[in-house]
Formats: sequence, C-alpha cells, structure tokens
Amino acid sequence: MKEEIIISGFGGQGVLSMGKILACAALVEGKEVSWMPSYGPEQRGGTANVTVIISEERISSPILSQYDTAVVLNQPSLDRFEEKIKPGGTLIYDSYGITTAPKRTDISIYRIDAMDAAAEMQNAKAFNMIILGGLLQVRQLANIENVVMALRKTLPERHHDLIPANEAALKKGMEIITKVQ
Amino acid sequence: MAKAAEGEIVLMKGNEAIAHAAIRCGCDGYFGYPITPQSEVLETLAAEKPWETTGMVVLQAESEVASINMVYGAGAAGKRAFTSSSSPGVALMQEGIAYMAGAEVPGLIVNVQRGGPGLGTIQPSQSDYFQATRGGGNGDYNVIVLAPASVQEMADFVDLAFDLAFKYRNPTMILSDGIIGQMMEKVVLPPFKPRRTEAEIKETCPWATWGKPKTRQPNIITSLDIDPNSMEQRNLHLQKKYQTIREQEVRYEELFCDDAEYLIVAFGSASRIALKVIELCRAEGIKVGLLRPITLWPFPSKRVEELSTRMKGILSFEINAGQMIEDIRLAVNGKTKVAHYGRMGGIVPTPEEVVEALKQNIINQTN
Repeated sequence: MKEEIIISGFGGQGVLSMGKILACAALVEGKEVSWMPSYGPEQRGGTANVTVIISEERISSPILSQYDTAVVLNQPSLDRFEEKIKPGGTLIYDSYGITTAPKRTDISIYRIDAMDAAAEMQNAKAFNMIILGGLLQVRQLANIENVVMALRKTLPERHHDLIPANEAALKKGMEIITKVQ
Repeated sequence: MAKAAEGEIVLMKGNEAIAHAAIRCGCDGYFGYPITPQSEVLETLAAEKPWETTGMVVLQAESEVASINMVYGAGAAGKRAFTSSSSPGVALMQEGIAYMAGAEVPGLIVNVQRGGPGLGTIQPSQSDYFQATRGGGNGDYNVIVLAPASVQEMADFVDLAFDLAFKYRNPTMILSDGIIGQMMEKVVLPPFKPRRTEAEIKETCPWATWGKPKTRQPNIITSLDIDPNSMEQRNLHLQKKYQTIREQEVRYEELFCDDAEYLIVAFGSASRIALKVIELCRAEGIKVGLLRPITLWPFPSKRVEELSTRMKGILSFEINAGQMIEDIRLAVNGKTKVAHYGRMGGIVPTPEEVVEALKQNIINQTN
C-alpha cells in the first residue's frame, strides 16, 4: 500500500499541521512516511501546501507531480492540483469559496463543507481536523485512535486539553463528507 | 516536540534532526546566524536549551563570519563545535574554513543549500557542489563533504562528521539542501554520548590550545607561515593527509545496479528523486541503477569508473547546472557516454522530466 497525497489551501488554515498529524498517525502504525511542505514566503492568506506520502516500503522522492489523493481547500489549489490527480484517484474539496466546480470525470470526488461545520461548532481552529476526519473516512490511511495518539505526540502538553475538541472535529468530518461522483 | 526516548522512532524535519543529534553526540558548541531554509537548526537548539543539560553552548552570532571564527576558536581548543547556514551564508564563511583547513582545526559546517548565485532564492538547490568540494576559500585544501539523503542521515552524519573532523584535524561539511532540511521523516536519534571532559580533550587533542604545561612549548594554532620552505612542507603534509582520506573515507550507496544498463549518479535530495525515476523506468522495462555518492569529497571515482565499463550511459542528475558531472567525467575518462540533467534557481525537477531527460540524452543516443 502506498498513498501519495497533496493537501493545499490558504496559509493559516492548518494545512501543514494536518499533514503532520496524518504523517505522525501513519508512523504510529509502523508505516514509512514523508512530509514535504512548500516553504516559500507563505503566511496567513498566501497559499500553502504539503505533500504527504504513506507507504509500506522505503519512500523515494518526497516531491511529486502526480497524486493519488488531493485535498484542496481553495480555488487556486483546485485549479492547480485537479489535473495532477492520477486517473482513478481521489479529490476532496471544501465548497467554501469555490466558484468553479471540479471537472474531472475519471476520479472520485468528495465535498466536505468543513468551513461551515467549524463555524457551527464555534471552533474555527477545528477546521483542519474536520477535513482530516473526512479524508480518513474515504481513504483508510490511519485509525482514528492513532490520529488521537498523533495529536498527543505533536501537540505541546499545554494544549492537550484541546484534544477532545479535535477528536469531535475528526468525527464531524467523517460524518459530513459526501460523495459527489 | 516531546522528548524522544532512547531508540524511539520520531517524526521531525532534517534541520531539527541535526540539532538533536548534535546535543546527543557530545557537541560542545553551536555558533550560527539564521537563514532560510536552515533556521530550524538554531531554533531547535534554542528550544532544547542544551546549556542547561549537557552544558553545550548555543550562541546566535552577529554574522556568519563571526560564527565560523567562533567554530575556529572552539575547535582550536579541541572542542566539538559546529555552525550551520545556507548557501549565501556559507559563502561568507569560506575564509574561515580555509583558515581552519590551513591550521588543521577540526569543526563542522552544515550547509542547507538554496538556489544562487548571490542571495538567490530560498528554494532548494545543489548548486554549492563546487563550493563544497573545491573549496570557496584560498589555497590547496579540501574539506570532507557528506551528503545526507534522508532525515535519518541528517541525524547520523553529525557524529560521523565530528569523528572525521577530529580523526584528520580537518573541517568537515554536511552538504544538505532545502528539501532534506525542511522535510519530515521517521528518525531514530543517536544514543546519548557525554561531552568529553577537559582531561579527555587533553589526552586526545595534544595539539590543542587548552593551556600550557611546563613540560612543553606552547601549542600554536595558525595558518600563517611566512617562510615558503616551511609553508611548502606544511602543504605537503596536508596533501599527504588528503591522500589518506581519499583512500580510506570514500562512502557511497548503490541501488539496482546489478542488472542495470544505465546509471544515474545523484546525491542528497536528487538521489531520492532518482529512485522514483528508477521506479518509473523499470515499470517500462528500462534497467536503470543508482550510484549515490555519500562523500562528495572524497568522490567515489574508483566505483564510478568500475561501473562505467558495463553501463551504456550515465546520467549525472543534480539540482544545478552540472557540477558533479566534472568528477564523473574524470572518473569515466571517456569509457561511456555521460550527460547531465538539472534545474536551477530553486526549481526542483519532477521525476517525469528526469525520465524524459534520461531517454533523450542517454538512451536514445546510445541505442
């Protein structure tokens, strides 16, 4: 099993942390992982993306041009990465701010209204964990228990009180993701 | 990052692994100045506060020039000291590195390369190959250069680099780049090793300036020798030492070479991309192997020569305009076709474009 994933959105949306928690959860499960961020002058408002690879075997290139799964959280990311999904691959997008819907017909497409759900939960910071929950619902990349373990490992101890809220967000994401095609 | 237990598998960036490994391998001091994409080295050291645990000194110097001269000073006293920077910062350090080589002072310089020339870009590049292997400073000298291709090697090479530096009394460089520095992977940090005591330093570094006992003349650390005869002797001694290093310290990794008809030579991050290139080629039935130099100086010339006799062609894949290709051509000496592929200015080549380059520049030219 090998999954090559790109997660892309605005800086500040938690794209890099989401990728890190996913990679850490896979590591807990004994997989090989790599996490390669875009590290340009991105900051809040700019675009940010991270390539996460999860594999049973030694990982070759941490940088790719084709992906099994793309998680896109804004229009520029959808425009850039939709065409780079392998045929038969998976696209997950948040409809918030998306003006041009995905066009591909040879991939599975899922929509997750995480921005709205985060607002409903009155927890804007839970946005990325809602997305991660959705991703895990459609691609079995790691068990939810191991994602919680990853949160424990990656969050500083002073923020461990936020873990239950993150877990709730993961579960919310698993519930609300819907298949478009 | 929570504290890692002994032997625990952790997820971290290459730059962070360098910092953790330094603390664990008995490093005495770090002197550096922030620059992207290397800043996590200093940031991690500052967060870990090793001065409270192992007694290791961590100092943000006023410049790269100051940093390398602090490493020079610490090394002269027999201390395991290092600095880290990225390309333009390492350019500033070249004078200090040449002085260290001339005075035979051990020390470690980590270069997390970015695109150049000049201030260039903050994106990854391998365009400091010449600077590292030929020396950006003056005089006939060499620096031992290690090129890590994973976060694990970033961690493992710190102790190795210090050991080599002290074994040969020579500066050593870890030549990494923005990809290996910024990416996270699994890593098992090296076991804790205490810093050497003053008594151990006196015993193992009798040449160092740790104080003058009445029993001997003062130890003098300098690269200056006004008398040309004596300066030539000093150079001959250095060249003899470099020859020993060439004979004993070559390191490389070979993958998929047994049945290969074509060879890619690539180091560091490019070797990772090359492995993907090989996956893609072999899926098409094209037998490609990889030779990954781990020491860029000394370069694995002998192994390149041996392999060249049974390869239809060699691609030097580097993220630069073609620098290591000169060492490959010298080793191959016309025995087979050698071509280069690379990108510049912070653009990282995709595996697909390297496959295309391999076909166009090597495979289609040799069949």
